[in-house]
Amino acid sequence: MAGVSASARGSSAASPAPGAAFIFKKALISALVALVLFSLMIGVRTEAGSDGQLTYMTRFGDLAAMVATVFGGSIVVELLRQWWGPVGTIRIVPPSVQSGLALARRGIAPVLLVFTFLVPVIFYNERYILDLGILVLTYVMLGWGLNVVVGLAGLLDLGYVAFYAVGAYSYALLATNFGFSFWICLPLAGILAAFCGVLLGFPVLRLRGDYLAIVTLAFGEIIRLVIINWQSLTGGPNGVTGIPRPSFFGIPLTPGDDGLAARLGIEFSTTHRIVFLFYLILALALLTNWVTIRLRRLPIGRAWEALREDEVACRALGINTTTTKLTAFATGAMFGGLAGAFFATRQGFISPESFTFHESALVLAIVVLGGMGSQLGVALAALVMIGGFELFRGLEQFRMLVFGLAMVLLMIWRPRGLIGHRAPTVFLHHSQAISSDLVKEGHG
Amino acid sequence: MKTDCILNVDHLSMRFGGIVAVNDLTFGAERRKITALIGPNGAGKTTVFNCITGFYKPSGGSLKITHDNGRQIQLERLNDFRISKQARVARTFQNIRLFPGMTALENLMVAQHNALMLASGLTFLGLIGAPSWRSAEKRAIDLSKLWLERIGLLERADDAAGNLPYGDQRRLEIARAMCTEPALLCLDEPAAGLNARESAALSELLLRIRAEQDTSILLIEHDMSVVMEISDQVVVMDYGVKISEGTPQQIRDDPKVIAAYLGADEEEAIAVMESEA
Repeated sequence: MAGVSASARGSSAASPAPGAAFIFKKALISALVALVLFSLMIGVRTEAGSDGQLTYMTRFGDLAAMVATVFGGSIVVELLRQWWGPVGTIRIVPPSVQSGLALARRGIAPVLLVFTFLVPVIFYNERYILDLGILVLTYVMLGWGLNVVVGLAGLLDLGYVAFYAVGAYSYALLATNFGFSFWICLPLAGILAAFCGVLLGFPVLRLRGDYLAIVTLAFGEIIRLVIINWQSLTGGPNGVTGIPRPSFFGIPLTPGDDGLAARLGIEFSTTHRIVFLFYLILALALLTNWVTIRLRRLPIGRAWEALREDEVACRALGINTTTTKLTAFATGAMFGGLAGAFFATRQGFISPESFTFHESALVLAIVVLGGMGSQLGVALAALVMIGGFELFRGLEQFRMLVFGLAMVLLMIWRPRGLIGHRAPTVFLHHSQAISSDLVKEGHG
Repeated sequence: MKTDCILNVDHLSMRFGGIVAVNDLTFGAERRKITALIGPNGAGKTTVFNCITGFYKPSGGSLKITHDNGRQIQLERLNDFRISKQARVARTFQNIRLFPGMTALENLMVAQHNALMLASGLTFLGLIGAPSWRSAEKRAIDLSKLWLERIGLLERADDAAGNLPYGDQRRLEIARAMCTEPALLCLDEPAAGLNARESAALSELLLRIRAEQDTSILLIEHDMSVVMEISDQVVVMDYGVKISEGTPQQIRDDPKVIAAYLGADEEEAIAVMESEA
């Protein structure tokens, strides 16, 4: 199918305006390929019969509908492509529109930030939106954390969820076994996760690209399997229950006499806790953002980016690539651990179910989609990925399909992510964005 | 030792399996001088460079660097980044290895990593924005500015290194190596791909480094106009062994060198040389 469409694209590029015959021929070929592919996948359905024997039924109606959709879709796509013109055409945009766009681009971050601060005020009575906001912010934080490893240092990490799990279990176990408060456990969770980051870093120092990805993937699974099997400590598949909720700097958010509501003399509401959690994760995410922005302007951050650009040149300049890689892993892991601790206190219950590969893939998708290395891009991508996923909830089982299609379209439109260019960390005269064509993606 | 050498290469050998790339090579690079390492393609020049700069571990022999304060370091015992950090040997690459997605200024800032790392209190002082870090950063930017000015790229400081013309990239790579404040600067074919005007600017830059900095230069070069113009001393290699050593004038007149380059036997080479003269 890919071959067919590629060759068709080649011929369409050769002749600028292909006629109706060409479009019809291309649609016919696509439909034929669809017929061959789907005749077995959709046309015939096999099932275990009542006695266990194999029975089959045909669904030629569905098959015909599918082939017709491909035929029609192919024509629509080709017409759209003609209307849009060939890829790479320079479209003249009036200067006023350009300056407007530039202003919008500069204004988007502060506007988003102010809006985020106001979300609990605007949607105070809408529990669903507040919960969704907390979820989005958790993924924003995870995205920003992974961005240090993948976006800045260029080390592909497919096992990021391991650090999320370490942070969550650190808080859960420390709080339930020793009764430590959230504010003591939070830094401890971060430190333990960072330690795990270094632990992962050592064996993968020499690996690059695909090999690095596979080992980090395995690391994520190892942590999950250890959690499942170390029943005496982690409770295994049953998880940890009764994780204490966070207190407002020592004052519990409970209906009792010593609760925050009673002390302030206002009526107790469960929304208080949700709002508190919202601002808590917002503060943690902003901390992650602030630290990352600061680190980029420090020698260590520049060394991370230099490592992504050219590791050999780094060594020739006397940069210790070992410690540079390890600090990148540790920093990313620490933020993952902090987010994990927050996750545990928010849920009140954690189990290995929450830390599957799916989470790693989701966070990595957020980073890649946002544009590797871009803080604003990652935040937007988290909003699109998590928020968009909720938006399609009405579509039920087609949700994944629509969502996947949206992702594919987005990556065609913006192959280097929503914000692909790189902002320099230091400048003499004026800061100008560096085109994504020049910025390397790192080799692992 | 009669001459004051910063680098002493002593009976250096490098073998890859059965192939002997460098065989029993001995030479010295004089302090605050420009030493050129020349030879036909495949003579083993870049292998020598990779041994000096720690990218290869030599199969035999020793590489000794003697700093101004008399401190001696055996290069073959250091690895990888420590050559640059401790022995203060910087290098450039035959195929330019800048950080293309970073600006020219950022490239020079990355080169000052080790000094800045200390100044930023291993990042912690820098994170809270301590005044000592701020002043160190300012000094680093000033040093970068100085080098950008010397290579004539001050105006393009904020352009991505990958966007600069080829000749500028070559000079930027040298400036980046100089920002590590090296005692010995190793340049692997700095004039490759440059036009006549650009190689003249390069010669000027290298002569200026020799005159103004405490840096000795060792370079591999095929462009004989550059070699003859700026070198104080030339070492000629062929098939992994040294075939000649001396001043540019001596090398120019050495029949062995001419034979190596023209692939002729000595009598023919002399004949060619005489016909040219």
